Amino acid sequence: MTVTKHELRQGRAPFAIWTASIGALMAVCILLYPEMEADMQGVSDLFASMGAFTQAFGMDRLALGTLLGFYAVECGNVLGLGGAMFAAMTGACALSREERERTADFLLSHPVSRVQVAVEKLIAVLLQVLAMNAVLLAVSLVCIAGIGEEIPFEELLRLHTAYLLMQAELACLCFGLSAVVIRGSAGAGLGIALMAYFLNLTANIADSAHALRYVTPFAYAEGAEILESGHLDGTLILLGAVYAAAAVAAGVRHYARKDIR
Amino acid sequence: MQAIQTENLTKRYGKARGIEALTLSVAQGEFFGFIGPNGAGKSTTIRTLLGLIRPTSGSAQVLGRSVTGDRRALLDEVGYLPSETAYDAGMRVRDVLRYSASLRRRDCRTQASRLCERLELDPARRVDELSLGNRKKVGIVCALQHDPRLLILDEPTSGLDPLMQREFFALLEERNAQGTTVFLSSHVLSEIQRHCTRAAMIREGRLLACDRVETLLGANARRVTLRGAADPGALPGVRGLRRTDEGMSFLYSGEMRALIDALSGQPVDDLTIAEPDLEEVFLHDYAKGGDAHDGHEA
Repeated sequence: MTVTKHELRQGRAPFAIWTASIGALMAVCILLYPEMEADMQGVSDLFASMGAFTQAFGMDRLALGTLLGFYAVECGNVLGLGGAMFAAMTGACALSREERERTADFLLSHPVSRVQVAVEKLIAVLLQVLAMNAVLLAVSLVCIAGIGEEIPFEELLRLHTAYLLMQAELACLCFGLSAVVIRGSAGAGLGIALMAYFLNLTANIADSAHALRYVTPFAYAEGAEILESGHLDGTLILLGAVYAAAAVAAGVRHYARKDIR
Repeated sequence: MQAIQTENLTKRYGKARGIEALTLSVAQGEFFGFIGPNGAGKSTTIRTLLGLIRPTSGSAQVLGRSVTGDRRALLDEVGYLPSETAYDAGMRVRDVLRYSASLRRRDCRTQASRLCERLELDPARRVDELSLGNRKKVGIVCALQHDPRLLILDEPTSGLDPLMQREFFALLEERNAQGTTVFLSSHVLSEIQRHCTRAAMIREGRLLACDRVETLLGANARRVTLRGAADPGALPGVRGLRRTDEGMSFLYSGEMRALIDALSGQPVDDLTIAEPDLEEVFLHDYAKGGDAHDGHEA
């Protein structure tokens, strides 16, 4: 696990910055809830009557006046989008970083197979995504307890599991890409995360674009739907796992055979 | 078993030239030089030998193992110093050395500290603050600390000051005396001339010659320096002719008797016939395309 350890060490700074930023935003959202709760009914009505905008964010199905409804929209978007961007960027830089920074000759002239290098790097990416989500869940729990609300453990866990899976899928998709795209891979990762996010918004608004739900991992991390149905969408998650596995397999295969620049 | 063996090894990058039908053999225990100007294909050859790039055609074996086979076993016994040494930012020298050793699943601390001491490298320094020469030293320690059977060094002395170069070559000579094969790529011909027993020359991706250094040196050329008004005329075998105020100097690769005959009876104040530097032989070859061994050049 030498490569994994090294990757975790090298990734400490971006991990800390992203986790702290997303954590701070989520904490602010939760800590503002008591203040906003009183006015929430009005806000809820307002948000519920904004047509496509309401639909896009699932606010037609959520009660913004409840902690969970508020959490799913506010924190869901912060963690969903922020976490997705971090996961995509980390995945997209995993295999490309060495070649971009010209350290690949150093690493790959050691007696480690490229498949092993790739697998260890993927493990490092997934561990970072997992660690970030664990920290952010802890931040949420502490903040919710801090404002004196009862913690809805089951729902929170369900939401956070969905966010984690969505981020892991994006990380894997971008990891596969990182075997091919060397320059600008971080930008490509961010682009993919944003595109996946907006594809989901589009799928929510337009019936004709409903099929996009089978493409973007944000579809199964939709707070409104998870809270409404009380369970995660196994079909979409399974489909996402297939996409992720295919991207990783293609990426590792390409990495194992490619000419190192 | 040869330390390095290539058979018609070819690597093309689309339109760009790589190496073309390179057949090369380096015996175990040799101190082998690999000479060529920048862009000749030296690094391409080395990176193919290490499995960093795949050959387009032909084959190559390192310590009896195919470069397209199990890289792990092959690289376990090789120490490699890349021409450009880069390390992850934020690491200290000792972190890089430990990382390298742990990728090899070995404890190289004793050897690493001995090498750092000899090369005057401070293990506590951050690698991103190091000069080119000091970064090179980190690479040298990484290449040597696990006592490899084969050392592949790509332009190892760039950035090292002359004293450090001497120490570095002393290290290589010691390792070579202990049985380590050294494959030294360089465009500094004096390095090859001073340290290598055999050498191969490469230009534009093709092997020009491969032989013992002294044979390459003395094959068919002498540096002739003449003082006086004498002129050998259109004598075959004269090349690289340079006229000075006092006389002339040229490389001569023809019959010695023909030269003496040509000069006899002419006003010669002084005559020196010496072995040329490898450098001047090859600089001439590079400049003239390698096939112009005869003819005058003013």
